[in-house]
Formats: sequence, C-alpha cells, structure tokens
Amino acid sequence: MALVLLQQGASYGTVYLYVGIFMLLVTGFVATTLVLARLISPGRRSSTKAQNYETGEITVTDPWRPFPVRYYVFALLFLVFDVEAAFLYPWAVIYKSLGVYGFVEMVIFVLILAVGLIYAWKKGALKWV
Amino acid sequence: METFLHLLEIEPIRLIISFAAVLFLVLNLAAVLTMAERKVSGYIHLRYGPNRVGPRGLLQPAADVFKLFTKENVSPGRSDLWVFLGAPIAMFIPAALVWVVVPFAPDAVVADINVAVLFFVAITSIGALGVVMAGYGSRSAFSLLGALRGAAQMISYEVPLILSLLGVVMLSGSLSLVDIVKAQGDTIWTWYFLPQLPMFVTFYIAGLAEVKRVPFDLPEGESEIVGGFMVEYSGMTWALIQAAEFASMAVMSSITVTLFLGGWQPPLPFLDLGNFNWVWFGIKTALIMFTLQWIRWSVPRLRMDQLMDLGWKVLVPITLIWLFVTAGAMLIF
Repeated sequence: MALVLLQQGASYGTVYLYVGIFMLLVTGFVATTLVLARLISPGRRSSTKAQNYETGEITVTDPWRPFPVRYYVFALLFLVFDVEAAFLYPWAVIYKSLGVYGFVEMVIFVLILAVGLIYAWKKGALKWV
Repeated sequence: METFLHLLEIEPIRLIISFAAVLFLVLNLAAVLTMAERKVSGYIHLRYGPNRVGPRGLLQPAADVFKLFTKENVSPGRSDLWVFLGAPIAMFIPAALVWVVVPFAPDAVVADINVAVLFFVAITSIGALGVVMAGYGSRSAFSLLGALRGAAQMISYEVPLILSLLGVVMLSGSLSLVDIVKAQGDTIWTWYFLPQLPMFVTFYIAGLAEVKRVPFDLPEGESEIVGGFMVEYSGMTWALIQAAEFASMAVMSSITVTLFLGGWQPPLPFLDLGNFNWVWFGIKTALIMFTLQWIRWSVPRLRMDQLMDLGWKVLVPITLIWLFVTAGAMLIF
C-alpha cells in the first residue's frame, strides 16, 4: 500500500495547532498507561521497600544538596553557543543571496565567539574536575 | 482503498488517522528495537539472544510489555512523587513529538512546519529535562549523580548538534525537512553527507550522546552507578523510560537520514519506487539504527572528562571550521 498522508495547504497557525494537539494526545496516552498499570499491578507497600536503593546500605546523607559549580560553567557556555546558533540559523537560510557581505559578517561574528571559546579553554573552564 | 484515500483529504479525519499512525509507529518501533537490541547483541556475542517466546523469540516484546504491566510500581518513600511520575512523561513526549515533522515519503508528513530543523533541535533538548526530573525526583544518590551527568552531557552535545546542521541549512536554503530532502536529489553522490562529511560525523556522534547510547551512556552507567537516573523506577514507569530511549534513538536515526542521507530519495534514479519511496526511508533508517547498536558492542564507555573534551574541544571546533569551509566554497562555486 502506498503510504499517503496528504498534507493540505494548512495555514501557519494550524500546523502548530496540530503539534499542540499531538502533544496533548501523547501526554494523555502516557498518563493513561501509568494509571492503567497502577490499577492492574499489585501494590503492597512496606517501609523497607520504600527505602532508596543504595547497594544494600541504609542511606546516610540526603542527596538533595548543592552540587559542584562546574555544571554551571558548562551551562553558561552552552547558553552562549545556543544563542549564537539562534542567530546563525536565519543567516544560513538566506546565505545564498547574501554573497560576500554575508560571508564577512559571519566570519566576524563567529570569530568573536571562537575567541570566547579559546578564552574559556585557556582559563580552564572546559577542564572537568 | 480509493474511498479510504479520499477520507484522508478531509482535514479532521486526516489528522486523527495520521496521529494514530504516528503513535502506533513510535510504540511499535520502541518494542521492535528492544527486541533488535537483544538479538543484535546476542549475535555479536555469538549466542542466540531471546528465542523462547514465539517463533525465534519474535513475541518477546509482547511478553515483556505484559510482564511490565503487571509489575508493582515501587516509588521511594521520600521521593518527590509528582516529579518522579512526571519524568517518564517528560521523556516520552519529545521522543514521540519529533515524528510529526519527519517526512516519510513525498506527501507523507503530518505537519510540514517551515522551521522543522529548529523544531527538532528544540524538542530533543527537552529530553534533558526528563532526565533531571527523574534524578531529582527520586531523591537517591545514584539517581542524582546520573541526572547531573546526563544534564551536563546533553547540554554540551547540544552545541555541536545544532552547529552541525548549519551546513545543510546553508546548502538547501531552507529549514523545512521536506525541502531539504527534495534539494538532495535522487542520486547518492548529491546527498549532503558527502560535501558535509565532517558535519555528518559530528551530527552522528552528537546524536549518539544526545540519546545516551554507549559509548556516551554515563547518565545510565550500569557498571558504576547501577542505572543512574532510572535506578528507582520499576514496572510501567521504567518501561516508559525505556520506550522513550528507544523512540528517541529511532528519531535520531530518521533525522540523520532526512538531513544527510537523502530521506526518501532512492540512491540511483532508476530505483525510484514512486509512491513506495518510503521503503527507502525505512531501509536507511534501519541501517543507521543498526550501526547505533553495533557501536554499543564495539566501543568502551568514555570517562566524564574525556566526554566533555570530545564535545567542546573536538566537535565544536570541527563544526565551526567546516562552517567557514562551506561558506567559502559556496561563495567560490
């Protein structure tokens, strides 16, 4: 059978409406599955079973506590490059019509960020531990 | 048959049928992939893999699902229950949602969004949220370790993943996946994986890290942190996390095929199958998924610092350099 899910000439908003509806549908489906499993499966609670898995030991410390700062450093770097990519995408789409002007602009823009990356590298921000 | 195809032209019916088809596809892919995973690993280990349920063990996924449905759902006593139960949902939604924009065949795409590449990037990064929710909600040391590793890994590899798509976008001049596939043409040497080879390799590696497969399975790390962020999950919640992992693996393969390997396009013009071109899409996606499983048994797991070095010091510079090369080459030719 030929697989044909014909795409109609849908307007801009309608397409996103589809995505939204599908997201709600999947959420509903997953939630229903969880509830159904809850109803079918046995549930015998006990205090031993409710303990955390800690390779057989009793948990001593609470894991909910501050975690190392190096995660934040990577998150900051990620943020910088993510925003950069958000600027590069529209440029990439119309690059063909921009010509030399577009190329020079991009070189300057990316070089500034590359210098930032090298700076972070030399400062040791990319070093784990 | 004709009346059925006619029904597809009426809008709400098309919507319902295509949604049902996509959901059916996602769930079945996840089931088939669990089976394939075990079979492939079996044959690579020179053993049979599951072979008891059904002919050659083919009904194993059905048996697994039935078993997991009837298993008790244990949650740790001091966990944050809503976050704990929300995590599988938060992981499953992005894995299923990306299928909406994947073009299976010339006319077979549920929603042809004109910024589909951005949509894909945005939705896959939500997966990291699910991992953090799972680890934080469990309130267990192993879970939190796995979740923090997962968050660091997934946001780090998000950067090369995003940057490696720029070359494709430049060459095709569009963010729509349908246009990108059409721009690649129906011969194997005009597909984008040849002019964009470094970007393709980067995308593949970053995608591997993004779906947390070996050698990037540090968030899970079953031999050191015994399952990582999913250590406290059991029964159906665990099954949903697994389904989400396999579904996102399938999504990553299909997007790789769409962007770099010509999507539904046949490798040579005379192999054009017309309306059946989705067969090509399926074959290529299956091949990519097989390589993902193959790598699992060929490469050892990276250490955390090696992982970060590979992402920031190798992959990001490669993408930036190849961005220059692509831009310069397009200017000259």
